[in-house]
Amino acid sequence: MSEGLLDETQVIPPAELEEVDLYHAHSFWTKYVFSQDAKVIAIQYSGTAVAIGLVGLVLSWLMRLQLGFPDSFSFIDADTYYQHVTMHGMIMVIYLLTALFLGGFGNYLIPLMVGARDMVFPYMNMLSYWVYLIAVLILTASFFVPGGPTGAGWTLYPPQAISQGTPGIEYGIILMLVSLVLFIIGFTMGGLNYVVTVLQARTRGMTLMRMPLTVWGIFTATILALLAFPALFVAGIMMLLDRLIGTSFFMPEMIQGGELLSTSSGSPLLFQHLFWFFGHPEVYIVALPAFGVVSDIISVHARKNIFGYRMMVWAIVAIGGLSFIVWAHHMYVSGMNPYFGFFFATTTLIIAVPTALKLYNWVLTLWKGNIQMTIPMLFCIAFILTFLNGGITGLFLGNVSVDIPLSDTMFVVAHFHMVMGIAPVLVIFAAVYHWFPKMSGRMLNEGWGQFHFWITFIGTYLIYFPMHYLGFVGVPRRYFEIGETSFIPPSAATLNEFITIMVLIVGVAQIVFIINIIASIWTGKPSGDNPWNATTLEWQTATTPPGHGNFGDELPVTYRWAYAYSVPGVEDDFVPQNMAPGDVKRSDGGQ
Amino acid sequence: MGLFHEIVKKPWLDDGDDIDAINNPAAFFLPVSKVGLRVFLVVVSVIFTLLIIAYVDRMTFGSWRAMPEPWVLWLNSVLLIGSSLAFQWARASAKRDNLDAMRDGLHIGGVLTVGFLAGQLFVWRQLVDLGYYADANTANAFFYLLTALHGAHMLGGLVAWWRCVSSMWQGSPVSDLRLRVELCTTYWHYLLLIWLVVFGLLLIS
Repeated sequence: MSEGLLDETQVIPPAELEEVDLYHAHSFWTKYVFSQDAKVIAIQYSGTAVAIGLVGLVLSWLMRLQLGFPDSFSFIDADTYYQHVTMHGMIMVIYLLTALFLGGFGNYLIPLMVGARDMVFPYMNMLSYWVYLIAVLILTASFFVPGGPTGAGWTLYPPQAISQGTPGIEYGIILMLVSLVLFIIGFTMGGLNYVVTVLQARTRGMTLMRMPLTVWGIFTATILALLAFPALFVAGIMMLLDRLIGTSFFMPEMIQGGELLSTSSGSPLLFQHLFWFFGHPEVYIVALPAFGVVSDIISVHARKNIFGYRMMVWAIVAIGGLSFIVWAHHMYVSGMNPYFGFFFATTTLIIAVPTALKLYNWVLTLWKGNIQMTIPMLFCIAFILTFLNGGITGLFLGNVSVDIPLSDTMFVVAHFHMVMGIAPVLVIFAAVYHWFPKMSGRMLNEGWGQFHFWITFIGTYLIYFPMHYLGFVGVPRRYFEIGETSFIPPSAATLNEFITIMVLIVGVAQIVFIINIIASIWTGKPSGDNPWNATTLEWQTATTPPGHGNFGDELPVTYRWAYAYSVPGVEDDFVPQNMAPGDVKRSDGGQ
Repeated sequence: MGLFHEIVKKPWLDDGDDIDAINNPAAFFLPVSKVGLRVFLVVVSVIFTLLIIAYVDRMTFGSWRAMPEPWVLWLNSVLLIGSSLAFQWARASAKRDNLDAMRDGLHIGGVLTVGFLAGQLFVWRQLVDLGYYADANTANAFFYLLTALHGAHMLGGLVAWWRCVSSMWQGSPVSDLRLRVELCTTYWHYLLLIWLVVFGLLLIS
């Protein structure tokens, strides 16, 4: 850390930035329901995302019950199984992870961390949440319509998704597509807010390179989402037209029951390209905010500045850019020119470089740090391990010759759950344990947190490590049941039983987390304003939880980057971003 | 503020060498609504770019049967160009604090846009009467989809236009309306550009 900490930036005058024209709520409805305050909207987003995420969790139990104990449950048949798989995937990827990271953490943290009073377009921000809620309700409604939700698989590949015989062909697929289109419209409203707030509403002194990496992660992920979601939007509308008015964007000439259907020469491959042009960046839409959050939490709880801040920013931007030129690695088995396969395999491997750089930097941040084994830190370390595991199996699958035999096996299920299921969820837990004191003014219970961490961490490894093995021995994914298959050993069935039991145990254990949150709101130990002794602006608010407008009468002024921990020659082991150089206590007694 | 200059800084050294950037960290010297509109137009561009790529891809299929281009589409294009020019006039008048001319520009721009949308619906009617149904050929489906999406964006623009003229009718001074008129003008120019690209694509196919 440079001695330049106490520098000439002390000439910065008090904040005089043009203030956002804050909307002041006058009733319960406008304060807590139709609120334009980003913090309330964040909690609304988070609550809705977690609620629908719990539905997704239960669907995974139903799916696993069939895989672990085939034909044991009368309420699960082939159709309902595929419906569970489809809805579980879509709910978890879009309606839980994307909504929670961007709508939840984005709304809560961006204005606070960059020193803004609120998002720049608060009314549109409010609309964003309500459109998201309508999208969730429409998706949920598909469980109750004749034929049930779609069972096309979460990728919704045509022609199967809109052909007779697929569950949910009557209404389920229509509701799914309408819901996705609405989700994207709602997200765009929110995304514009996140991007423009970061670009234009940073407080005085908060230059781009003084922003915490959490903001960099959410900012870049939002740009990715704004550029990638249109592909899903276009594909969704085209498929809706194929289903509703009989166009043939994606539907080829087909014969069904001996009769030639009216569809003509549509291109199912076009859908796959559109879907994965969205689908691969989606991985990083979830991962980049997680990268940012982990960087900040590790730095706070290791009492050490993040290693290689500039490289971390560049890596986030590089990963974001590269994520748009790797999409066809999801389509090797669809067939493509070998040169294209070579190109996409190469770009896929290249993206591992900035990703590995981030992993090294997290480890080097921990190196010789004053590591506090708090619950957020435990979850972050678990994330590093899990992301490493999932990332390495991703390198295998990025190669065409390895992917083709493994593509339709449980190996892929294990890979993507490690890398974009469990890893981001571990970060969500870390973030909740870390920022809950700011949101509520109270600490979460440490003992329950320890229990929650260990059972989640060990449990998920007991679920997904064996699943890799199942993939290697050839257990296919997407199958309702595999019955007696000669090349699959009987032990695979036993392993499936074990995995199912672990899924149930880990899932039920999450109740402890929910109870901890609910109970701690009222009975948790008071946290004070800055329980972790963190430097970033959200911990320097006048009140906890922060009030309307976030900061007091004046916006904070930022004097330094977000990682001034254990600065040599300074008495405290952290220097808040908004502490004027003259106020920093020197350990030699000087100021 | 150069982005490259910004991201090569070493914040841990905190040398404070760019006091201008520190005192005013906004990335662009523009009102937030202008930045917001530009970001939104990028999103709109992605939507139409993807559709155009899909269109060009499908054109190579043997079953592609290009549609006729009714002459009304030329008239509609003229109407949209006229509305864009009217908005430009309104914008220039707003800058000169000329309320009367701004009002005329906004009115003409709005009416011509409504005329454009009515013309597009007329074309749809005409084509349907001639048997060019959306489900008959993918070329037809793309035509209806592209024009519908463009029309939907124009309708959204009309909502913003309506809010602007409503404020004007209620007596808001030009200074309060100037930014809104500028935003509408930018949006109209951009949607005109998209229409010209889409129309050109229809012509060459």
